[in-house]
Amino acid sequence: MKLVSINKEDFYAGAEKLYNSYKLYIPVKQEDNSYAFKNSDKIDINNLTFLNTRLSPKSLVFPQTEKMFSYTTDTNSEDCNIIKPINKENLKQAILGIRPCDSASFGIVEKNFDTEEYKDPFWINSYKATTFIGLACDNPDSTCFCTTANSGPFDEKGLDILLITSGDSFIGKILTKKGEEAAKIAGWTTEAPADSVSAIEKQKKEAESKISSSISTDKIKDKDTLELYNASFWEEEAFACINCGTCAYVCPTCWCFDIQDEISDKKGIRMRNWDSCMFPLFTLHGSGHNPRDLKYQRARQRFMHKLKYYQDKYQSGIQCVGCGRCIRLCPVNIDIRRICDIMNS
Amino acid sequence: MQNPYLPYPVRIDEIVTETEDKNLKTFKFVFINPKDEKKFSYKAGQFAELSVAGKGEIPIGIASSPTEKGFVKFTVNKMGLVTTHLHAMKKGDIIGIRGPLGNYYPWETLKGKNIVIVGGGFAFTTLRSSIIYMLEPSNRDKFKDINVVYGARVPGMLLYKDELSAWEKRDDINMHITVDATDDPNWKYNIGFVPTIVGEKLPEGNKDTYAVVCGPPAMIKFTQPVLDKLGYSHDNIIMSLENKMKCGIGMCGRCNIGEKFVCKDGPVFTLSQLNKMPKEY
Repeated sequence: MKLVSINKEDFYAGAEKLYNSYKLYIPVKQEDNSYAFKNSDKIDINNLTFLNTRLSPKSLVFPQTEKMFSYTTDTNSEDCNIIKPINKENLKQAILGIRPCDSASFGIVEKNFDTEEYKDPFWINSYKATTFIGLACDNPDSTCFCTTANSGPFDEKGLDILLITSGDSFIGKILTKKGEEAAKIAGWTTEAPADSVSAIEKQKKEAESKISSSISTDKIKDKDTLELYNASFWEEEAFACINCGTCAYVCPTCWCFDIQDEISDKKGIRMRNWDSCMFPLFTLHGSGHNPRDLKYQRARQRFMHKLKYYQDKYQSGIQCVGCGRCIRLCPVNIDIRRICDIMNS
Repeated sequence: MQNPYLPYPVRIDEIVTETEDKNLKTFKFVFINPKDEKKFSYKAGQFAELSVAGKGEIPIGIASSPTEKGFVKFTVNKMGLVTTHLHAMKKGDIIGIRGPLGNYYPWETLKGKNIVIVGGGFAFTTLRSSIIYMLEPSNRDKFKDINVVYGARVPGMLLYKDELSAWEKRDDINMHITVDATDDPNWKYNIGFVPTIVGEKLPEGNKDTYAVVCGPPAMIKFTQPVLDKLGYSHDNIIMSLENKMKCGIGMCGRCNIGEKFVCKDGPVFTLSQLNKMPKEY
């Protein structure tokens, strides 16, 4: 691991160089004052105090809609009805300014897409082609609970470089080979002063102390699945839920998807689209039977998956990084921290 | 990296209408690239995604047996978009198949055991695969007594009628075919619901006897107490489930029952396993 000093000029010049070598995504302020990752090099240091982007950056690796295959249904063609791969080059891309919670989320999702038996080439290739240049959080929100959910404001998981704000310049922690390559391209090579390590440590402690909310999940792991599943609180806790799916849509660790065919003038594509366990069609059988027919059952599925099933399946932590998006954006104020408390009590 | 979503192209070689309502057809597919057949090496109890360009995919149990070479068979109920389109296709048309997917009946455990097969309606497909597999001369000695209860609403709704009557005549398998009702005076088999016939005809349960049960929810619901009464332990009752699926490889998230995916960890579970899982199927 190497520490580099990046002053304001180096930072701007580096962003431009990265833009020329990678498909570069940076947080850009939108008309409604929210932030979104966009392909640009016009990064503004004054905007980097943003809390986080409204949508998670998962779409940069796992697009909301993605072509998988193509085919023709033209009976005059030799290849009629034969489903073929789309030759897609995975261009090197870099995400500059990703928050640590969001970069940690990819490791959680990876367990779903990269398994012993099956490998999802779309997700894996895209993930491998991405360099993550993170930005540590100095001012977390009241809805952030990353420190008790697999991450933290200075967490390095999934990152290739972590940038730490230091006045109007940065200290860069080069964490991986990919990070070294990106730093070299960006020209971020000035060694940081020796006292940077202790300064970062102090800054990290301060940031962590600002995380005012936490969750406990230790007891959930030991609880009986059926006992939790059949618990009486679900109907009441999910009563207000309108199954809008916002929580899943904005969540960096929600990966469920649908596969659909679309055809026009005998030329067709098979694509996958984000889907959500909040929607009744997600599980509706052809016969009309639906194992998760009621809305509280669907809300229960989402929380059970994140907080219980995931822990059991992978013998690991929960499927959440505490970014707080679902809490901030839920239209009926359902709070995963509260659900977690109830499940854990 | 092999793309697990990419289907093998196959040609429809034969279509047999199985039932009098014409809603069930058996499709025989031949691989267009012969080496794909080897890659599609399967065991009885597995399923595959049938992939129709422009329409989508459906998960269907494999009805042919691994001992049958040169083709794969699937019996498809006309139900939604993909199956309706498939029913309208003709011999020679091309579709894709993706698989084999999921686990299979526990053939290692079943070795040297008495096997009881209980099937109802059109869920008999992977049970046909299993029967053909067990009756293969090189396999038959691996199993002790084989009993089969198979029921449909009426005689015209039974699948694989020629094979059923051929099995009837054999002395190394005890067939108990039944229908809920019939006004056919020549019907020579049983009349009665599957659970009733199970109670009347099947041997008592013991540690060396396994029941493989596959059928509509009502049949399963009423068969279980009968098997309990006969003394079958829940470890010895093997069931095959279905749920809405898309990816078939445990990734898209919709077919889960608790932490298990029906598509990847199933579709075959013992009743003991299911007892510990939410009833989300």
